[in-house]
Amino acid sequence: MSTSLEWGLLAPEFLLAGWAAFIILIDLFWGGLGKERLGWLAAIGVVAAGGLSLIWVNDAKQFGELADINDYTTLFRVLFTGIGATICILSARYVRDRLLNPGEYYALILLAIVGANGMAAAHELLTAYISLELLSFSLYALTAYAKFDLRSNEGGLKYMLLGAFSSAIFLYGIGLIYGTTGSTQYAVIGEVLSGDTSDIEWGMYLGLALMIGGLGFKVAAVPFHMYTPDAYEGAPIPITALISALAKAAGFAFFLKLFAVAFLPLIDDWRYFIAGLSVATMALGNLVAIQQRNVKRLLAYSSIGQVGYLLLGIAALSQDAASALVLHMIGYVVTNLAAFTCVILYYNWTGKEEIEEYKGLAERAPYVALCLTIALFSLAGMPLFAGFATKFILFQAAADQDLLWLAAVAAFFSFVSLYYYLILIREMYLGEPEEKTRFQTPWLEYTALTVLIAGVFLIGLYPKPVFNVVEDATATIFVSEELESGEDLVGVP
Amino acid sequence: MEFVLLALIVIPLGVCPLFMLIPSQYPQLSRYLAALAGGALFALSLLVFVVYEFDGGSGLRYELQWDWMENIGFLRENGITFYLGVDGIGAPLVLLNGVVIFAAVFVSWNIANRTKDFFVLLFLLVAGVYGVFISQDLFFFFFWYEVAVLPMYLLIAVWGASSEFGTFTRTKEYGAMKLTLMLVGSSVLIWVAIFALFVEAGAGTFDMTVLREATLDEDFQKWVFPLFMVGFGVLAGMWPLHTWSPDGHVAAPTGVSMLHAGVLMKLGAFGILRIGMTLLPEGAEFWAPVLMALGVTGAVYGSVSALAQTDLKYMVGYSSVSHMGFVLMGLASMNEIGVNGAVLQMFAHGVMTALMFTSVGALYDQAHIRDMTQFGGIAKRMPRHSAFFAIAGLSSLGLPGLAGFVAEFHIFVGVFEAGYWWAGGLGILSAAITATYILRMLSRAYFGPLNEKWAGLKEMRIGEQFAAVILIAMILFMGLWPAPFIDRISETVEMIPGIMG
Repeated sequence: MSTSLEWGLLAPEFLLAGWAAFIILIDLFWGGLGKERLGWLAAIGVVAAGGLSLIWVNDAKQFGELADINDYTTLFRVLFTGIGATICILSARYVRDRLLNPGEYYALILLAIVGANGMAAAHELLTAYISLELLSFSLYALTAYAKFDLRSNEGGLKYMLLGAFSSAIFLYGIGLIYGTTGSTQYAVIGEVLSGDTSDIEWGMYLGLALMIGGLGFKVAAVPFHMYTPDAYEGAPIPITALISALAKAAGFAFFLKLFAVAFLPLIDDWRYFIAGLSVATMALGNLVAIQQRNVKRLLAYSSIGQVGYLLLGIAALSQDAASALVLHMIGYVVTNLAAFTCVILYYNWTGKEEIEEYKGLAERAPYVALCLTIALFSLAGMPLFAGFATKFILFQAAADQDLLWLAAVAAFFSFVSLYYYLILIREMYLGEPEEKTRFQTPWLEYTALTVLIAGVFLIGLYPKPVFNVVEDATATIFVSEELESGEDLVGVP
Repeated sequence: MEFVLLALIVIPLGVCPLFMLIPSQYPQLSRYLAALAGGALFALSLLVFVVYEFDGGSGLRYELQWDWMENIGFLRENGITFYLGVDGIGAPLVLLNGVVIFAAVFVSWNIANRTKDFFVLLFLLVAGVYGVFISQDLFFFFFWYEVAVLPMYLLIAVWGASSEFGTFTRTKEYGAMKLTLMLVGSSVLIWVAIFALFVEAGAGTFDMTVLREATLDEDFQKWVFPLFMVGFGVLAGMWPLHTWSPDGHVAAPTGVSMLHAGVLMKLGAFGILRIGMTLLPEGAEFWAPVLMALGVTGAVYGSVSALAQTDLKYMVGYSSVSHMGFVLMGLASMNEIGVNGAVLQMFAHGVMTALMFTSVGALYDQAHIRDMTQFGGIAKRMPRHSAFFAIAGLSSLGLPGLAGFVAEFHIFVGVFEAGYWWAGGLGILSAAITATYILRMLSRAYFGPLNEKWAGLKEMRIGEQFAAVILIAMILFMGLWPAPFIDRISETVEMIPGIMG
């Protein structure tokens, strides 16, 4: 089949990849630019790529048989480049003070975004898999980037070994699905699976299970989460933020599209399996977080808990639930980046990252303490902030799909999470600081923080505009509408 | 008028950023701003109460409905709306909130540590409380409910005080954490019940006026009502889930105790009435005996516990549990006079407990202890303070002419009318125990020979006196002329399905 490919559709990815090479060259030939400015330069390229992807708003194009360029892709391109740009800006000072080889560092971030974009765009398993690997390998390298720090090496190695293992499992799953359905195209798989599947059952179910396992690893669902705390703790903090935001969001962009297009016909078979994963993930993430003493590990476990809520959206899969899931994910990403910005700022000032070392932050940097408090309350699902509105919508969407019990479990663990966030808040506001001096204000980071907190408030107080965009995006992956919500569940006699 | 309602939410939220802009070296400026905002809220609340007139239907007036999200996802027409309105039950409670915040600002005048942060959180709390009283959309009802709980942890943990007992300490962090976790934990039940209610009603909207019309299956009502009852009940201090209340109120700074015991606990009872009984009348009818039993147990248990306290603030804390027990009894009677009494009691208890906390706080600020056995004859040194505390106490034990009598009388008539003789009898016993501990406290600490140790005590601050006078004015207003309250409340209560005329 000779379809002429419209290469222009991938312009943002080309720009990102080219910019990555450009950054390396700049670093090589113009070291005088300084490590800090290199980060800002990288951010400019990322923002440009994000802007470029806006060309395809309300458009629906296909890149050959490999990828869609539609609202779904555009939404995630913008989200991923937003994450990437934020991380580049937040990295600037950290890299200047603590890391070697800034060129490759930023280049890897850019390549990770390319991978993430591919995962959202792909509508074919192998493209998605290659994108996934591009993202993963960039993150493995970045996790181990602080090469004189043992924790970083340990985290990177664990992440890579387990990641490679899970990739193999995932690939085996792809093989089985291809073998049983005869295609790697999501849509074709969906068609085959909605027909009679009695003669391919075993291979199909095994393939599905293996794929869920592989994806579960990438998004850090229990019991595939083992690497997360170590990788989070070991990685340079901006990279921790990148993993928590980009890897999760990209993983779910892929997860959601794949399951909505290809595996929706089998929903009755995998729904309770995913629901079980969701419960396990929420429970373990939130309960183990209580015992953490290190802020990065705390946020690692809290992000595992958040994955549990997102999996709930998959278990309740329908367009409503998908929109709610993506909305919650956007809220989570913005909130989590805000929280990490505060952690990075504090680390840049003091080099400290234990919870008890946050004592008295409210005295020394009231604005950062306030923003971190807001972010943590948002993660705990308190109102005025993003977490409340998005969790409310997500859990209600699950309840609408007859999963009220799961929504109840999620609401309960959301409450549990408040406890460990309050512990950190208590340190900041009640602890006595060792010295009373104020910290210097780095304006650029403060601006980024302000923007993120404004986002937390916007989503918390008026999520409708974002929700509308999300709804348009998810509409593209639910063409068949066969599981349109509500109608058969209405209780009015 | 609808914009007055809007202002009740906008003013407290709007002053928060203003406080933040005030440089922290000018705490006085923050106090003036707080007084200004508190005064405005008091004036507007009074206006709402005075102007409110029943107008048929469910009694809802001054409605303001703005789209927030609709026709998206599982939401249909009017999915979630920013819907304000006040009815005859909301009006007195709005007034209560206005009175207590205005008084609380003056009581909190001397807060020196992070003054502006304190007022930011205090006004956030107030905004949440107003929001609950005037929201007619279930989503926003819950939204504001959580907003009201949000600032509590920091308010108590940063500005509160720990209590030393002989063998153990109740730290302020303990009180704050216990309060926050119990309240947020209980709201999980409310949350789940809201999810279930939305799905069951199938109207695709959180508009409570629509949900009220929806026909809900009786079995559904029976299993969901207890979720609301327990979820809201925790905030209402329902036995046996009241334990956060004494610890939290004692640990909190005076102004916060006033708002919390005075107003916030009413949100719980209000939620049972507004959501539970109004939307799920058959469920309420089924569970009413249980609610009655829990209410009367709380009333007796609270008063007996108060009797055992020597710490003045713990005594007030347990008396709140006891009085909220009366409120639950009134609700559980499921007849007009009893529910009227419950709402009256919410108001009456709100002002008198705020007055009690003001008095205890004023004494503690000077004496730094609260053990009533250590005092004696301090009425000679603090005559006004003693008079204020005595009035609050007498209202609390139900002296005719004061607010407490009107409310408790309605409740007991309602309870007997509904046929709960045992509960009515125990309730009256509880009121008698209340008289015992109040009078005993007055005689031990305030009257009798002056303990020379306390010869140096001075009268309470003028700001505190002002706060006390406003609160006493309300106690007398309701005690001597309850008609405006009863008119407003009863007509709305009549319209609640399942309430016997």
